[in-house]
Amino acid sequence: MFPSTQDLMCVAPELVLCVAGILIMVLDPFVVASGSGSHRGGRRVADVLALLGSAGALAAIVLPATHQGTAFSGLLRIDPFSIFLHIVVCSVAFLVALGAPSYLDREGLPHGEFFALVLFATAGMGVMATAQELITGFVALEVSSISSYILASYRRESKKSNEAAMKYFLLGSFASAFFLYGIALVYGASGTSILPQIDAALVHPTLLTLGLALIFVGLGFKVAAAPFQLWTPDVYEGAPAPVTAMMSTGPKAAAFALFLRILTVVAHAGAIWFWVIWISAVITMFAGNLAAIAQTSVKRMLAYSSIAHAGYILVAFAARNEIGTAAVLFYLAAYALMKVGAFTTVAWLGGSGERYLDLDDYAGLAHTRPVTAACLSIFLLSLLGLPVTAGFLGKLYIFDAALHSHLVWLAVILAINSVIGAYYYLRVIVAMYMREPKRTFSTEKIPAGVAAVLTLAVAGILYLGLFPNRIMELASQAATLLH
Amino acid sequence: MAGASALLLLQGRDHVWIRRLALTISLAELALSALLLRGFDAAATGYQFEELRDWIAQPPIHYHLGLDGISLFLVLLTTLLTPISILASWKSIHDRVKGFFFALLMLEAGVIGVFLSLDLFLFFLFWEMMLIPMYFLIGIWGHEHRIYAAVKFVLYTMLGSILMIVGILWLYNATGTFDLPVIQSLLQSGHVSFSQHTELLLFGSFFLAFAIKVPLFPFHTWLPDAHTEAPTAGSIMLAGVLLKLGTYGMLRFCLPLFADAAHQLAPYIAVLAVIGILYGALVSMVQTDLKRLVAYSSVSHLGFVVLGIFAFGQISVQGALYQMLNHGISTGALFLLVGMLYDRRHTFEIRQYGGLATPMPVYAGFFLFVSLSSLGLPMLNGFVGEFLILNGTWQQHALWAGLGTVGVIFSSLYLLWVYQRVFYGDVTNEKNSSLADADARERSLLWVMAAFILFMGVASPLFTRRTEASVQRVLQQMNRPAPNAPVEAQRNFASARPGASPVAQLQTSPGATVR
Repeated sequence: MFPSTQDLMCVAPELVLCVAGILIMVLDPFVVASGSGSHRGGRRVADVLALLGSAGALAAIVLPATHQGTAFSGLLRIDPFSIFLHIVVCSVAFLVALGAPSYLDREGLPHGEFFALVLFATAGMGVMATAQELITGFVALEVSSISSYILASYRRESKKSNEAAMKYFLLGSFASAFFLYGIALVYGASGTSILPQIDAALVHPTLLTLGLALIFVGLGFKVAAAPFQLWTPDVYEGAPAPVTAMMSTGPKAAAFALFLRILTVVAHAGAIWFWVIWISAVITMFAGNLAAIAQTSVKRMLAYSSIAHAGYILVAFAARNEIGTAAVLFYLAAYALMKVGAFTTVAWLGGSGERYLDLDDYAGLAHTRPVTAACLSIFLLSLLGLPVTAGFLGKLYIFDAALHSHLVWLAVILAINSVIGAYYYLRVIVAMYMREPKRTFSTEKIPAGVAAVLTLAVAGILYLGLFPNRIMELASQAATLLH
Repeated sequence: MAGASALLLLQGRDHVWIRRLALTISLAELALSALLLRGFDAAATGYQFEELRDWIAQPPIHYHLGLDGISLFLVLLTTLLTPISILASWKSIHDRVKGFFFALLMLEAGVIGVFLSLDLFLFFLFWEMMLIPMYFLIGIWGHEHRIYAAVKFVLYTMLGSILMIVGILWLYNATGTFDLPVIQSLLQSGHVSFSQHTELLLFGSFFLAFAIKVPLFPFHTWLPDAHTEAPTAGSIMLAGVLLKLGTYGMLRFCLPLFADAAHQLAPYIAVLAVIGILYGALVSMVQTDLKRLVAYSSVSHLGFVVLGIFAFGQISVQGALYQMLNHGISTGALFLLVGMLYDRRHTFEIRQYGGLATPMPVYAGFFLFVSLSSLGLPMLNGFVGEFLILNGTWQQHALWAGLGTVGVIFSSLYLLWVYQRVFYGDVTNEKNSSLADADARERSLLWVMAAFILFMGVASPLFTRRTEASVQRVLQQMNRPAPNAPVEAQRNFASARPGASPVAQLQTSPGATVR
């Protein structure tokens, strides 16, 4: 059974990503071997291919966008929802491909494998956003997860990186197992694993509930929702910063997408899970924000903050209305921009071996590097949710969704958490602008790739913050069709 | 109009003569806003100079600006105080000058935006927007404990404002729009109404944000820190304008939108206001730090404003509005004076001074004049506002008014006492004997302030005539005023007509304020 052209069109972005990834892997040994002495030439090939691959994938989204509907006999569903997430995920890959080369050069790490893995992981995330069948979702999840495990340990020499990878791998495998078992139970309860058919075919509601509980565990782990968030800080801190930039955005967006699809398509799921999500959202927000206050490492602080942000997104989940779904999508896009921007800055400022991660190392940054400090401030202010930034509107839509479903208390808790968040985000800004430098900053010029990432991220954040109409229109369209 | 000026501000960044440019920009804005005064129609009750553009489609957010009698003078106050603070920091800011003036102008833009917004969302946007420049002003150019003060300031304000956005969105979900005039008419016509419980919550979400900003008694602790640590220009803007945002918000949103809740909670709020008046005054009295003293006096003065607003009388609300302007001018001038002293001696310790009248006679004279205005001497501006407030409040709540009057007495106590300690007697400290008196720049600033103080003291009808219609409308929008208020308010209104200046009223009814 060979897939039809129609089917292939629907996975065009993934195809582009995989082909580029394979090309990198195949070409890499040859080019690196031929590049006498320094491996510069070989590295460039991988860099360029990664950029082309992710940009090509972004462009290829046009194809599925014009061929909406189901594909591969109902395993995948192309709708505005999946298109939207494809844009997010591929943009993240593109930004990482732009920003990472200088980091890899500095750390003396090979380029080829890195970018191949990034592209494969992205392909996995893409499928996750499209899957409407659970096994397909699981396979996609594993593709993206396994690539991430390897990427997390990419700084082979660093103890922390290895520890991070080990933790991530062990706990991640556990979560995957839960997820798989959950699928089995759902299948047992309804005789199908295709989401839209589950409701109709349901014979055993209790079993379905149990299965969905296990699926919640698996996906909750991936999105770092409490009480499955404990791995996040260690892994995000230990992994190389560009990898953290990707891990904290792309896979999270994809996992949220799958989560959302299950919750909305399976009517049975939503009703049961309301309180679970409500409670999980509250714990996630508090756990992330309160722990973030105590951090002295900026990287670790950002890791905790991403837990808190997962909590904010869960608030929109709990709202269970179209506004909520649109809010999730918008927030994921905004969140990806701010986090990629922030972690890229951290990666660059960290210096070789990521030595400078402490708050003290950021003291007085604004004196020597005003532009970088300003960019980081914008990312932080957006994470904080200050007007004119994407983060503010994202949060606003979440508030709106929550209040629309009369979840007043959840909205108030979210509000309180935003203020807690303000404290630690502002601390970094205080350090950068209001303290005297405690170390000498290198006067080295900012690498073009990093500069490009920062520019794009800042531009994107301000664009979303000031003119959200188009993106929001896409998001609401996606939400309407999903419901 | 203000939109154009906001754009102008951005150019302030890349110029060599930043100071002059900043000054020019702010003066241009002053001129622009003065034009508003000419075009303003005092008799109209609605909003004027409206500007309406679509901005965000979903949810529907418009760029909707406009002003009425309530915001008119507050805008003018802002545009007046900005050039003054720029001149005040002419010499005292050496570090990162560009950033400083940029922040100052951004602050002005944000504040004007708040006063002009007629879209709740836009209002909130500007409300948050001005937080950042103020944060930097305190945090970078402030004094010793500036970081602590800056963070405290932001967190306090943030807590209030984030709850306000929840309230705003709630309102949006109920009415389907962020547009203030539309919401008002919906509530007015009864198309949308809230249960008592809901209205109390909504009122609370807005009120808390404003109460923190004012700051009303239990929420005031950020203020002394922020004021003391801020640079002079920051303090002037903070005291002069930012605190007014809170009382403005109460008048613009809390009262007309949630009238029932406002009535229900008014007694408690008034109690807090009176506590604020007395507490602020008492704490001022025992301060050893000159700037802190002025800061606490703000708590006391703003207590009057809140009291006036929540007495719901035509006179008291107009008085509150007037007192907002007075406080902006007088306390702004006080901070200006204190800042000048700091430029010379780099300390705010009262004990470090004494007998300053000898080396600095002109300065001492201005200080006395401003203090007298602040404590409410007749003929000067402070008196008019306090008198109107107390008079308006008296007719409904004699006890509050009486206690408020005690606050007036306290304020003369602490201001005159500190004046005595700083300026009279022998020069106790060697360093003070050779202090330079106010120079030309400082004198011209002080003359401007003094002129306003006197002008507002004797020519109050010029102001009240323009605010009258708008205040009346706010009170009408409250629809169901307190049981005994309607008749009273009507009567008060008649007596407050232009021509019957409050000063003249004093002669006819002096017993009203003094107990």
